[in-house]
Amino acid sequence: MVRRALAAAFASLCALAVLAAAPAAEAQPRTRLTVYTALENEQLQPLKQAAEAAIRDIEIAWVRDSTGIITARLIAERQNPRADIVWGVSVFSLLQMEGLEMLEPYTPRGAEALRPNFRSDRSPMTWAGMDAFVAAICYNTIIAQQRGLPRPATWADLLNPAFRGQVVMPNPASSGTGFLTIAGWIAAMGEGPAWDYMAKLHANMQLYTHSGSAPCSNAARGEYGLGISLDMRAVTLKNQGAPIEIIVPTDGVGFDLEGTAIHRGARNLEAAKKLADWAVTRAANELYGRWYAVLAMPGVQPAIRGYPPEFEQRLVKQDFRAVAARRDAILRDWATRFDGKSAPRN
Amino acid sequence: MSESALGAVPRRRGPGDALLLRGLLGLSLLLLTLLLALPLLLLLLRAFETPAGGFAGLANFAAYAATPSLLAAAWNSIWTAGLTTLLMLPLAFFYAYALTRACIPARPFFRAVMLLPVLAPSLLPALALITLFGNQGLLRGMLGGGSIYGPAGIVAAQSFYCFPHAALILAVALGTADARLYEAATVLRAGHARIFATVTLPAARYGLVSAAVVTFTLVLTDFGIPKVIGGSFPVLATDVYKQVVGLQNFNMGAVVGLVLLLPAVGAFLLDRRARGELDGRRAGMLSGRALPYRPRPRRARDWPLFLLCLLVAGALLGVVGTAAWSSLVRFWPYDLSLTLDNYAFARFDATGWAALGNSIRMAALAALFGTAMVFGTAWLLERGAREARIAPLVRLLATLPLAVPGLVLGLAYILFFNHPANPLGFLYGTLAILVLNSLVHFYTVPHLAAVTAIRQLDPEIEAAGASLRVPALVTFRRVTVPICLPAILDLAVYIFVNAMTTVSAVIFLYGPDTRPASVAVVHMDEAGQASAAAAMAVAILGVTVVAKLLQLATAGVVDRATQRWRRR
Repeated sequence: MVRRALAAAFASLCALAVLAAAPAAEAQPRTRLTVYTALENEQLQPLKQAAEAAIRDIEIAWVRDSTGIITARLIAERQNPRADIVWGVSVFSLLQMEGLEMLEPYTPRGAEALRPNFRSDRSPMTWAGMDAFVAAICYNTIIAQQRGLPRPATWADLLNPAFRGQVVMPNPASSGTGFLTIAGWIAAMGEGPAWDYMAKLHANMQLYTHSGSAPCSNAARGEYGLGISLDMRAVTLKNQGAPIEIIVPTDGVGFDLEGTAIHRGARNLEAAKKLADWAVTRAANELYGRWYAVLAMPGVQPAIRGYPPEFEQRLVKQDFRAVAARRDAILRDWATRFDGKSAPRN
Repeated sequence: MSESALGAVPRRRGPGDALLLRGLLGLSLLLLTLLLALPLLLLLLRAFETPAGGFAGLANFAAYAATPSLLAAAWNSIWTAGLTTLLMLPLAFFYAYALTRACIPARPFFRAVMLLPVLAPSLLPALALITLFGNQGLLRGMLGGGSIYGPAGIVAAQSFYCFPHAALILAVALGTADARLYEAATVLRAGHARIFATVTLPAARYGLVSAAVVTFTLVLTDFGIPKVIGGSFPVLATDVYKQVVGLQNFNMGAVVGLVLLLPAVGAFLLDRRARGELDGRRAGMLSGRALPYRPRPRRARDWPLFLLCLLVAGALLGVVGTAAWSSLVRFWPYDLSLTLDNYAFARFDATGWAALGNSIRMAALAALFGTAMVFGTAWLLERGAREARIAPLVRLLATLPLAVPGLVLGLAYILFFNHPANPLGFLYGTLAILVLNSLVHFYTVPHLAAVTAIRQLDPEIEAAGASLRVPALVTFRRVTVPICLPAILDLAVYIFVNAMTTVSAVIFLYGPDTRPASVAVVHMDEAGQASAAAAMAVAILGVTVVAKLLQLATAGVVDRATQRWRRR
């Protein structure tokens, strides 16, 4: 009896072990590409499926984190790189990596068809753009009514003392949206006035969140009155029925491009080139158009609805390379002034 | 059997046998060294290095001490941990007291409810408290304008999370008492309050110390709760994370890790002393002519305690229920209709349900290998190779993980396994490293339980085996393991549950395809998808509850098969 019970227990443990190990044992003839990205979570699965369907012999393994984190990680690992390619990372970060000689020069097939300001100006190119996005204000109309908050139309309006403790924005050190927002302020106002503006805004700030989505997600749920987030998150939430108004400030909005670049020293260079080629195709751009309104390839009709039409006229003039070169300094400055109100992990 | 065998004097153990057992213990030592001692040593070294790899002396520590926000975090960690302990301990004490020293109805129910927080990831109470007390919370009026984000939320969520750990220890401490002391006190006409103060409390004081220390350490080292509900309130655990993941500053991360390690080690040493005293006392109490104390019904004591149990159990169930409910709400707080949409994880997160699969696989493997290693090593230490010269060293390494916070262990693992010179570097980012890490992280508690179980066995069993010339390992397999099977199942479930719910160490170690569900909860919460995060936390709870129920279901079978001899 004892032995039978023991044998049964042993057998079940073995079965468990086999079960547990089985999926790992699957043989894969495809090349596994390690792709670092800062894309939104819900975009990863559709992009992976489409790319793997188009390029049969690759398999995408995502490593995803917020822009600041993934950039810090890429830079920290640059002696012994683990990423083959970055797909969906802010152009500020790509240009910073270019400055550190971390990008493999390669012009993806068909990349000349992209809008000129959406691709690297070098030959061969170091990066190719995908889409552009802006920072918008998510304004919870229910909360505004309850607390008697006015409707802001400009960034300057956010300094109104009525908003004390009501505003949330992403931390620029971790979030790409946070960084493009302050880069936009610097571009629109000039460096000195922009820091003054941020210092005043700090008084109204409740929290600097880790991700660029969180301010709008939480404004949509009424946790905060106003959240500064990337437009794509705001539109998605509004389409889901959230009681928010998407405000594109009239005094100039910062924007960011997301792009693709091959890591110098990629372990799977050929496969990475194939993915870089696919990432600039019309099919890929149509896919980006499910979430973003401004796409790298001219003439591709975005499928996303509900974007505020006016924001294209309100974009600031952004010198990406100049800002990218100073990215570290700006972030250090920002951290010494404002980091006290940051959510953990930034 | 041959003539010569009959004629031979039975030796205690053949030389080959002894060598084999010592070799096996050596293997345990090797594993513990590789998986625990060396990574920690490397972490220690990194704290004294510059980012470029040069010797920094105490420069990193000086930089730490000169950063006010880092010091503030250390102080925040200590006072929230202290406050949680102070607030929660009396509750846990009287709850345990009600279970062991009073006549209240539904005791098994209260015992079961008490265990719920152990089965849930610590993120779950934090998410539930935001639903209840957040800016749109159902009960936010109770805060009187205060905010749940920050110390209030941390202390409340930690109290939930630590409650069972403290209550379990106190229930053990209160579980055995000598009835003669109580009779003597009654004869001497001591009142109930006096008996409580002079007999009950002194007997439970080591239990109280131990429970306090465990609670304090748990709060200090937990990462999930301050991450979710801490707002902009910095603590040590989130600082380690910020330095390493956010700033990729491994040297400063190592410094903060050491700062976190210090109080944890101090608490651990204090606890060891308290437990030693506790064990000694219990042994002393039960060895003589002690009569076990059996509570008799007394309304003035039982009713208030029953009420307290109802309140606490209601609160525990309320928190879990809130999390479950919030995971089903369509669009919090504006559309409260129920839906399963939040469980379609692929909508929020590329890994989708696969994250839960990763967790189950990791936890099952950790439970399998962990149980084998823990029980085997404990038996070698107690019986098989007791006299081996390395035994004390193995014993020390086996008790060390309890003092090492998960974040510190995780950080040590990155530094060790991602070191360019480490031949084990291929493990980096694989499921194996998560399994090994969980195995070591949760080593000590099962180890102590295994040692206790083995010590209860008569040493004559091995002697009898040896005199029959049966190899010691055969005796181990045929006798020791079956006798201890219920205890072994306990170990396996303990490791499984902890590996399912942990965030702290694995958050540094997962790879592209091995991200566990608990880390997915953190990431979804970070993106502001609180309902989906709650749904994943509830899914984890579901798995651990099933595991626990399976254990209870098989316990009957195992008991009948292997434990009938005890009742003869």
